[in-house]
Amino acid sequence: MPYQHVTFHQTGSLAVGGRLLTDDQRSVQSGRRRSNSLTLGHRACQGCGEALGARYALDAVQRATGGQTIAVNATGCLEVFSTPFPETSWQLPWLHSLFGNAPAVASGVAAALKAKGRTDIRVVGQGGDGGTVDIGFACLSGMFERNDDVLYICYDNEAYMNTGVQRSGATPPAARTATTEAVGPEPGNRFGQGKNVPLIAMAHEIPYVATATVADLRDLEAKAERAMEFRGARYLHVLVPCPLGWGSAPKDTIEVARLATQSGVFPVFEAEDGEVVGVSPIRHRVGVRDYLRTQRRYAHLFQPDERTDIIDRIQRGADRNIKRFGLLPAGVQEESAS
Amino acid sequence: MLRQIEGSRAVAEAVALCRPEVICAYPITPQTHIVEALGFKVKSGTLRPCEFLNVESEFAAMSVAIGASAAGARTYTATASQGLLYMSEAVYNAAGLGLPIVMTVANRAIGAPINIWNDHSDAMSQRDAGWIQLYAETAQEALDLHLQAFRIAEELSVPVMVCMDGFLLTHAYERAEIPIAEQVDMFLPRYQPRQVLDPAQPASIGAMVGPEAFTEVRYLSHARESRALDLIPDVVAEFGKVFGRDSGGLVRGYHLDDAETVIVALGSVLGTIKDTVDELRADGMRIGVLGVTTFRPFPAQAVCDALAIGRPTKRLVVLERAFATGLGGIVSADLRMALAGDRAAALHPPVMSTVVAGLGGRPITRASLRNMLHDAAAGALEPLSFLDLDKDLVQVQLQAGRAG
Ligand SMILES: Cc1ncc(C[n+]2csc(CCOP(=O)(O)OP(=O)(O)O)c2C)c(N)n1
Ligand code: SF4
Ligand SMILES: [Mg+2]
Repeated sequence: MPYQHVTFHQTGSLAVGGRLLTDDQRSVQSGRRRSNSLTLGHRACQGCGEALGARYALDAVQRATGGQTIAVNATGCLEVFSTPFPETSWQLPWLHSLFGNAPAVASGVAAALKAKGRTDIRVVGQGGDGGTVDIGFACLSGMFERNDDVLYICYDNEAYMNTGVQRSGATPPAARTATTEAVGPEPGNRFGQGKNVPLIAMAHEIPYVATATVADLRDLEAKAERAMEFRGARYLHVLVPCPLGWGSAPKDTIEVARLATQSGVFPVFEAEDGEVVGVSPIRHRVGVRDYLRTQRRYAHLFQPDERTDIIDRIQRGADRNIKRFGLLPAGVQEESAS
Repeated sequence: MLRQIEGSRAVAEAVALCRPEVICAYPITPQTHIVEALGFKVKSGTLRPCEFLNVESEFAAMSVAIGASAAGARTYTATASQGLLYMSEAVYNAAGLGLPIVMTVANRAIGAPINIWNDHSDAMSQRDAGWIQLYAETAQEALDLHLQAFRIAEELSVPVMVCMDGFLLTHAYERAEIPIAEQVDMFLPRYQPRQVLDPAQPASIGAMVGPEAFTEVRYLSHARESRALDLIPDVVAEFGKVFGRDSGGLVRGYHLDDAETVIVALGSVLGTIKDTVDELRADGMRIGVLGVTTFRPFPAQAVCDALAIGRPTKRLVVLERAFATGLGGIVSADLRMALAGDRAAALHPPVMSTVVAGLGGRPITRASLRNMLHDAAAGALEPLSFLDLDKDLVQVQLQAGRAG
């Protein structure tokens, strides 16, 4: 009997059978009442991870709050591409003030709502990695320390993209940026001590901290919704590949983010009151080579000669993440020999 | 109620009577007593509903104020000196967004060298930020200007800075009339924001504007701020009706009718100047005073009208508590621009001298003023001079510098 071989590409995700789920079990984006917070017309590059992440995160927040959300945006790609004068792609009340003050502006909005007795309206602050881990860091820490009722979302594309891909405090070691060129004996960004803002947020013992990526959008939605179950300061750090800055193919944005998690380069976890309460385990472990190879910002690690020394050092960092967060349940094998 | 009260407390009473909904502050001398008093009121529950945020910097203070004001709350903060510079980026932003925030600046010098005492360098550095700037002469006026500031800010959707001299006004005890809540409620209507962050009517606020419209946006903020020149006299008139006091305004003259020499100044030094002028007039000198209360927008017409140049004013002495390094007077430059458009001044160009005085808290004494004004009347005052400058000391330094 002739038969056709069927592959379920989405095995393991919650998408298959989505139609069988009730509305509140569905992903927000597949729901009929998604709010389209960030709608069409924006000017993000093709394959922009930040546009994708922002849309999913905010729609999930909108669902959690019944559409009662105010967003405060730091300067950066997200702000610029979403509001080309005289248009706007935002379908929710949205305020942009400066590059380094979004957490404080969000605190101000929350304070006003509290004074007016409108705590049914919730506040989201958002910005890129530069706006969050560098120039907005003091305001972020202050907002955390006061435990203001704000969810702050950092869309981490690991550099100052809006100004042309310069290094930020979130740029990983060895990555080429416009201010850490791939030249000299130690090409790309130097190996520093790192600046892990999710862990720093946890040190403030705020109610909720989580990391996510655009590789697992359902997880991102779930975390955005979970964050809204708490009052007080909450922090969501989302890895969002940037095809332009990373030199990756626009069609590979999801794949690149997935390789970041499956290699251990970017640990995905959740914490409450300063304690880790959950991690997303690695399902198909890959070596960091597989992740690095997808991006031109690391091209100098592979040609003209392979810089095994640097790649190994990056691998050691990923291994440390895996151990530290317990990302590898027993039995998961490495997919590629790296 | 008439009370013997510290200037800072008087201002705190006035601000509280305006029923702000969000107050945020970061401490800096000499602003502290104002926000401490307000913090007490909020914490003890006498000022309700109001959120008081202890923020981590002045940059955050102004940023919180921006968020709160955009969300429709009446918002207040206070700062001085280094703090004002530290928040400068957000100061411009608040004006650009048209948010009617009221801020007290307890005027203090700017370092280096660090100096906690009074002059006007801080507020003057932000004069072109798009805020209305009012300068108080007395504690009573500081109190009154805050009541007026909320009214003006909210009517125009422009932020207002109330400048009061650090220590001289913030820390001195004076008799001041504290209004009652009913009066303030009559004078200051509830805040109706022009545009507000509201899920029921989502708006995008603070979007990017390119060359195609930026000039127009700026022109409109200029036009809006300039409307304060018409509004302020009305507000002052209404203030008089409700509170029974004449306070605030654009400019205030003192013995200008027959004055050949007029001394122009801002802030608390006007008190000493008026005392000195009384003495000089007793000696027969025809001299008067022009106090500038509203410095931004600059009341060019009101200044020209008050001065009556040539009839008989022929000499202007501008006493400045700050200056533009490498140039000279700041107020003087604005005054020159105002007079350039005045026909009387074109026919009888007045002699104008800038006197920089009272930097970093140096006392401005009646004796020094008297000598300086005698020189002015005798035509012996330099175009730019520094009151009580230790000339020997600076000469030694200048020569040492040259030798090195
Ligand atoms: C005070 C200040 N400094 C610098 C800038 C210039 N600037 C605007 S956006 C930006 C980069 C934003 O980077 P990031 O926060 O990572 O967001 P991305 O564009 O990468 O999404 C910079 C440096 C600014 N607008 N304001
Ligand atoms: S530069 Fe990167 S972050 Fe910015 S719009 Fe393009 S893809 Fe998105
Ligand atoms: Mg970035």
